[in-house]
Amino acid sequence: MADRKNTVTRTFLNGLITENPTFTLMLGMCPTLGVTTAASNGIGMGLATTFVLVCSNLFISLLRKIIPDKVRIPAYIVIIASFVTMVDLFMKAYLPDLSKSLGSYIPLIVVNCIIFARAESFAAKNGPVQSLADGLGMGLGFTASITLLSIVRELFGSGTIFGAQIMPESYQPMDIMNKVPGGFITLGLMMILVNAIKKIIGKRRAARKEALA
Amino acid sequence: MQIKNIAITPSPHVRSSVSTRRLMQEVCLALAPAGIASVILFGAPAAVIIAASVITCVLAEYLYQRLMKQKVTVGDWSAVVTGLLLAYNIPAGAPVWIPIVGGIFAIIIVKQLFGGIGSNFMNPALTARAVLFVSWNAIMIKYPQTVFLAKGRVGLDAVSGATPLAELGKVFTGAEGASLSNVSLLDLLLGNCAGVLGETCKIALILGGVYLIVRKVIDWRIPVSMIGTVAVMYLLTSGFNLGLTARELLSGGLMLGAFFMATDYCTSPQTNKGRLIFGAGCGLLLFVIRAYASYPEGCSFAILFMNVCTPLIDRWTAPRYFGEVRKHG
Repeated sequence: MADRKNTVTRTFLNGLITENPTFTLMLGMCPTLGVTTAASNGIGMGLATTFVLVCSNLFISLLRKIIPDKVRIPAYIVIIASFVTMVDLFMKAYLPDLSKSLGSYIPLIVVNCIIFARAESFAAKNGPVQSLADGLGMGLGFTASITLLSIVRELFGSGTIFGAQIMPESYQPMDIMNKVPGGFITLGLMMILVNAIKKIIGKRRAARKEALA
Repeated sequence: MQIKNIAITPSPHVRSSVSTRRLMQEVCLALAPAGIASVILFGAPAAVIIAASVITCVLAEYLYQRLMKQKVTVGDWSAVVTGLLLAYNIPAGAPVWIPIVGGIFAIIIVKQLFGGIGSNFMNPALTARAVLFVSWNAIMIKYPQTVFLAKGRVGLDAVSGATPLAELGKVFTGAEGASLSNVSLLDLLLGNCAGVLGETCKIALILGGVYLIVRKVIDWRIPVSMIGTVAVMYLLTSGFNLGLTARELLSGGLMLGAFFMATDYCTSPQTNKGRLIFGAGCGLLLFVIRAYASYPEGCSFAILFMNVCTPLIDRWTAPRYFGEVRKHG
C-alpha cells in the first residue's frame, strides 16, 4: 500500500515539476501566451484548466476499457467538452468579470493540448487514482507556471500585481508586455531561468551522490 | 591512403587580416557625420541620447560577459556600433531611460542570449527600437523640430512636428490640400526636417554609406537593391511622379536602414544573389508598409522581417558543388 501511495505522489510531482507542461513539455502555448497579461487571468485560466483536466482524466481512465479504440478521440472530446461547458457556465454565473476577460479562451480549453496529451498518453493507460493524481499535478503545474508568467507580465506591462499598484507612480508601463511578443520574450527568459535552476539542482544532486558513495 | 589531421569546416576559408575590430571602427567612422549632423540639427538632447545609448551598450556587454565568465569582447567595437545605431533610431528629446532600456535589451536579450557577436538572428539595434516603439509609442513618435525649423515658431509647433512622410503619404493617396511643394528637397537632403535623430541628414548618411562601400566594408548589393526597389515601386504606383519618388527616397529611415542596418553581417545573406533578393525584399516591404499600412514608416519592420528570412535565402541561393546535378522531380 505504501508503495502505491509513493507512485501516486510521484505522478503528482512529475506533473507539477519534472514534466511541467509549460516549461518542460511546452504544451498549451495558446493560453500561455494569450491570457497571461494579468495575474488574475493566469490563475483563473489555470484553475479552470485544472478542473477540466482532473475530471476528464478521471472519466477517461474509468471508461478506458469501454471506449473502442477507433472512436477514442471523439469520445474524449465529448467528455472534455462537457466539463468545459460546466466551467464556462459556472464562470459566467459566478465570476462574470473573469469570464469576460478570458473570453473565448475558456471554450478553447476543449482543444487544449495538455488535456489531450494527458488523456491519450496517461489516462487511457492508467488507473483512475493515478490519472487523478496526474491531472492534478499537471493542472497545478500549468496554473503555477502561467500565474508566474502573468505576474511578471502584469508587473512590467501595467505596473501592478493582482491589480495592486507595485511600481512607483512615475513608472511608464512597457506596453509590449501586454502584447503577444512580450509573452514570447517573458516565456523564453523564464525558461532560461528554469533550465538554469534545474542544472544547478542536478549538479548538486550528482555531487551529493558522489559524496555518499 | 587515408589523409589524417584535416579539419573539415564550412566556408568561408579565405582569411584576411581585416579584423572585426577594424571593420567596426570603419562603421563608426562612417556613422560619425550623421551623428555630428544630428547634434547640429537637434542640439544637446541628441548628444545626450547618443552618449547614453553607446555607454549602456558597452557596459551591458562588459557586465554580462564578466558575470557569465565569458571572454570579454567589448574591444571589438560592435557594441559601440549597436549603441550608435540604436541612438540614431530614437527621437531627440526622449527621456534618457529610453536609450538605456533599449541598449540593455539590444545587447543582453537580442545579442548575448543568442550567443554574442555573429550569432544573433536579428539586428540588435533594430529589435530594440521595435520594442521601444511598441512599448512607449507616444514617446517614440514625438519627433522634435530641428533647431532651424523651430526658430521663430512658438508653442506646440516648436516642440514637435509631423515627419515629411506624413505629408508625402497624403500626396500619395491624393488627399486634399497636400502638395509636394510643402516638402523641400533641399531640407530633406540637409536633414532640416522632423524625424528620429540619426535619420534626417541624408547627405551625411549617403556619405558614410558610400565610404563603407568604397572601403569594401559593406557590399553594394543590399543598399542598391533596397533603394532601387523602393524607387521602382513608387515610380510605378505614382505614374512616374519623379518629384514624389525622390522625396520618398530621401525621407524616413530608408538611407540609414539601407546602408547601415540591412547590411549587418550576421543578419543578411552571404551569397551575392541572396543579397540582391534580401535588399529587394526589404524595399518591397518598406514600400508596402509606407503606402498601405497604418504606420507611416516601415523601414525597421521591413529589415527585421527580412532578417528572419535570411537563413531561408541563404539556403535557396547556396552555391552548388561543382559537378552536382540539379534534381528533376
